[in-house]
Amino acid sequence: MTLYDTTMPDDKPADGQPAPAGLKPWGETKVVGTRAPRIDAYERVSGAAIYTQDISLPGMLHAAILRCPHPHANVRRMDLSKAKNMPGVRAILTHESPSADLPWFFGDKGPMSKLFDPHCRYEGDEVAAVAADSPHRAWDALKAITVEYEELPFVSEIEEAMKEGAPPVHEGGNRGRVRTSERGDIAKGFAEADVVLEETYRTSCELHTPMETHASVAQWDGSRLTVWDSTQGVFDVQKTLAQYFGLPSSSVRVIGHYMGGGFGSKLELGKYTVITALLARDTALPVKICLSREETFLCVGNRPANIMQLKAGVKNDGTISALHLVNVGSGGAYPAGSGVGYLVQDLYLCRNVKVEETNVFINAGTARAMRAPGFPQCAWALEQMMDALASKIGMDPVEFRLKNVPAYSQTRNNTPFTTTGLKECLTEGARVFGWKEAKATIRREGTIRRGVGVAAGMWGWEGSTVSTAIVKLFADGSANLNIGASDIGTGTKTVMAMVVAEELGVPLERIQVENADTATTSFAPSSGGSQTVVANSPAVRKAAVEVRTRLLELAAEELKCTVADLSLNDGAIQTLTAPARTVPLHELQSLAQREMLVGVGHRDPHPQGKIPLPFAAQFAEVEVNTRTGETRIVKFVAAHDSGRMMNRLTFENQVFGGIAMGIGFGTSERRILDAGQTGKMVNANWHDYKIPTAVDVPPEHTCISVDPHDTECNNTGTKGLGEPATIPTAAAIANAIFDATGIRVTQAPVTPMQLLALLAGQEKGGRQ
Amino acid sequence: MEERRAEPHDGNTDGVSRRDFLRTIGVGTLEAAVLSAAPLPSEGAPAHTGDLVPLVLTVNGRRNALEVEPRWTLLYVLREKLGLTGAKPGCERGECGACTVLIDGKPRYSCLTLALEADGHEITTVEGLMQGEKLGQVQEAFVQEDAFQCGFCTPGQVISAEGLLRKTPHPGVAEIRHGMSGNLCRCGAYDHIVKAVQHASEIRK
Ligand code: FES
Ligand code: FES
Repeated sequence: MTLYDTTMPDDKPADGQPAPAGLKPWGETKVVGTRAPRIDAYERVSGAAIYTQDISLPGMLHAAILRCPHPHANVRRMDLSKAKNMPGVRAILTHESPSADLPWFFGDKGPMSKLFDPHCRYEGDEVAAVAADSPHRAWDALKAITVEYEELPFVSEIEEAMKEGAPPVHEGGNRGRVRTSERGDIAKGFAEADVVLEETYRTSCELHTPMETHASVAQWDGSRLTVWDSTQGVFDVQKTLAQYFGLPSSSVRVIGHYMGGGFGSKLELGKYTVITALLARDTALPVKICLSREETFLCVGNRPANIMQLKAGVKNDGTISALHLVNVGSGGAYPAGSGVGYLVQDLYLCRNVKVEETNVFINAGTARAMRAPGFPQCAWALEQMMDALASKIGMDPVEFRLKNVPAYSQTRNNTPFTTTGLKECLTEGARVFGWKEAKATIRREGTIRRGVGVAAGMWGWEGSTVSTAIVKLFADGSANLNIGASDIGTGTKTVMAMVVAEELGVPLERIQVENADTATTSFAPSSGGSQTVVANSPAVRKAAVEVRTRLLELAAEELKCTVADLSLNDGAIQTLTAPARTVPLHELQSLAQREMLVGVGHRDPHPQGKIPLPFAAQFAEVEVNTRTGETRIVKFVAAHDSGRMMNRLTFENQVFGGIAMGIGFGTSERRILDAGQTGKMVNANWHDYKIPTAVDVPPEHTCISVDPHDTECNNTGTKGLGEPATIPTAAAIANAIFDATGIRVTQAPVTPMQLLALLAGQEKGGRQ
Repeated sequence: MEERRAEPHDGNTDGVSRRDFLRTIGVGTLEAAVLSAAPLPSEGAPAHTGDLVPLVLTVNGRRNALEVEPRWTLLYVLREKLGLTGAKPGCERGECGACTVLIDGKPRYSCLTLALEADGHEITTVEGLMQGEKLGQVQEAFVQEDAFQCGFCTPGQVISAEGLLRKTPHPGVAEIRHGMSGNLCRCGAYDHIVKAVQHASEIRK
């Protein structure tokens, strides 16, 4: 396969400056990169792990929230008299309760709503809350509250919302301002093109639905508040709660040791948490809330639906001369953003690019970041377009992509990437998949048609650099690692412990991790945006190296040699010079006298003048049943440049998980609103909203780590993984479906019904 | 009680969707509804106001004398009254399997089983697969294959795997995929879950 020069002749990358001095990434490793079962696996498989939903405190009450059943309504009157007098009911909050009269913010937009806003703008908006001595009694009380609503005209669809005279979700209308960004001259670019294609792609609103529904437990001790929260970031929740209650941060403790998945929907403080804390204060008792499954469909975020018009120009030699994306999306009833443009601007070399994006309000639940917000949508459009362009100019889709791999970020002044593993992802992925052979031999005729497809992706954010880790080495040679990060299921605790094991030579089973507690652990940014390993592992490594340095100094003094004569392996100090000695750490007197060595590590800044970002390419083989419209994914290969692979087991697991989520996005998941009728969500449950099961994931799955040995990104050589794993999946499947059937499915998800209709149309009109 | 999951078909079982699976669940739901329907609540009134009924529940080999509201599910009683928080509430409406327990050795959704229905039956939760502080074989296989991410679906997955292997000690991949399809995993750890079941089938005596 030909590899192309990836620099453009007359665009000079910005001047590279040296990476900050400090630890260089490892060469050979002993622990990092191996298949290590998780250090908290025991707790997770035995049932011993305590999630927020499992917490029970003496005297604890249970809260439940009454939500607006209409997509748009004013609360006219409420009658609480019956509910108040029911057995076990301890407190009720509504918009009329003085303690609950609080503003609610959306991003940096200022107060746009209230904790209980009597103007309900979506089905699921908070109307009242109850605390009672059992969950059943709380639900009973909700049923006994009567609310008189003034139903208002509503709008459920993007196109409808944009029309003149559409019911406004907010004063000032539904359409936000158009955000435009442009480089080069697209008119010139299109004029230079040999082929220009234009297509409108649509993606549906996808819901996070983590397995543990959103949950909090709040307890007050005087003016101190403790909250157990199923969250991706305890410090974020702490900070916002402190602001809400006017408390010093030190008086708000947030604990999130185990949490049952978030995918972005648990990145921010939820109204339910504030409500629970208020109820706890009013009743002077601990209060717990667990949202119902239905509530997770209505009011704790989603991936917005998008309508993306993409126009692309290409020259016969495979040069992309212009890209123009017009995106309209809806983040629901409040500002949450629905932008998607990044990939169009940065994944492939192109001088002339214009992106215009508009967010539109509709009467539906507000979006929250969902695993690579905007990226799978954009990949759905761009990567199908790349496929179509390749076929028009008669170039293999892999070759075409290879021709356009960038070495620098075009959205950021052509600043070079530390590494661009995209080329290797494409070539290695194609090799392992058997791309050329499959392309040449696959059976595209008959009732069951097979096809293969490829799609690429990258993630556009390098993560936060604010993180501190503390490593404590006990006198017996075992260690404790203290980090603030939540382990949202990605194996964070294990990966961080592996870093400590690598540096200190302490076996994994002798390392204990304390995490995600604002009172007892050091600061870490929220676990999301593929930043957890990238932000925290360099700090952990520095903390461990500090301990190691101190330990070797002590040992050298005690053993009367120099530090250079010593090595640290398997929990023992070894002298490299004769006479060879091995001193187990617990026999080291200087350590015993001190009882503990403590190292503190702070994350270094990102390299200057370089951008560290992860890349991916995924390959799918599908089987389309032309009688039923069903698509079966028979084989899948994912190749990822996420820098150094920290743990083979959790790496694979996370990639397969990302693919599973991408399969859902591409083939089955969508929020269905009863537009024009009731405006309510008709599939707010897992029966009607289908997420992939064990039979829906490919039986043959391979994932490859394409490690470009990035020595500049940070001291562990890592780039993100969680988001890239799900970005190209749906597009790869769509391209394989096209290969099998000749049908370009522009609307995600590709349901059997949709495909069947398209196949029927094809039969009438002949193959495209 | 209705059979919880559809029987694996001969040959290609992959074609059976969760929809079929749920069809069989539906029957169980109806049954539950009838059992709990004593006096029908009038519109807007609370369903039950806490009349307690005595019940003896045998869980993990121990008999527990309890008083329960007829509407309480087995899941609720296990978690809130017996402190066995292994079984998780993922949906509480029979869609996800996070609440799966063994009833007389067969996997069942404990959120769709009333506590009263479990009277006289042997219940095993994930805690009951432990031997003291030691993990059971299926649990050990889940550890080795990294068959979970957030872990919230895991107790249910482990129990379903246990139930599957008790019935079919050496299942093929298709049987495993089908047999585990009543347990959702939003983290998408399915690949490793299938490997863990294979692994468990090998190490089980
Ligand atoms: S909690 Fe029982 S099936 Fe989901
Ligand atoms: S491990 Fe998170 S849902 Fe299965």
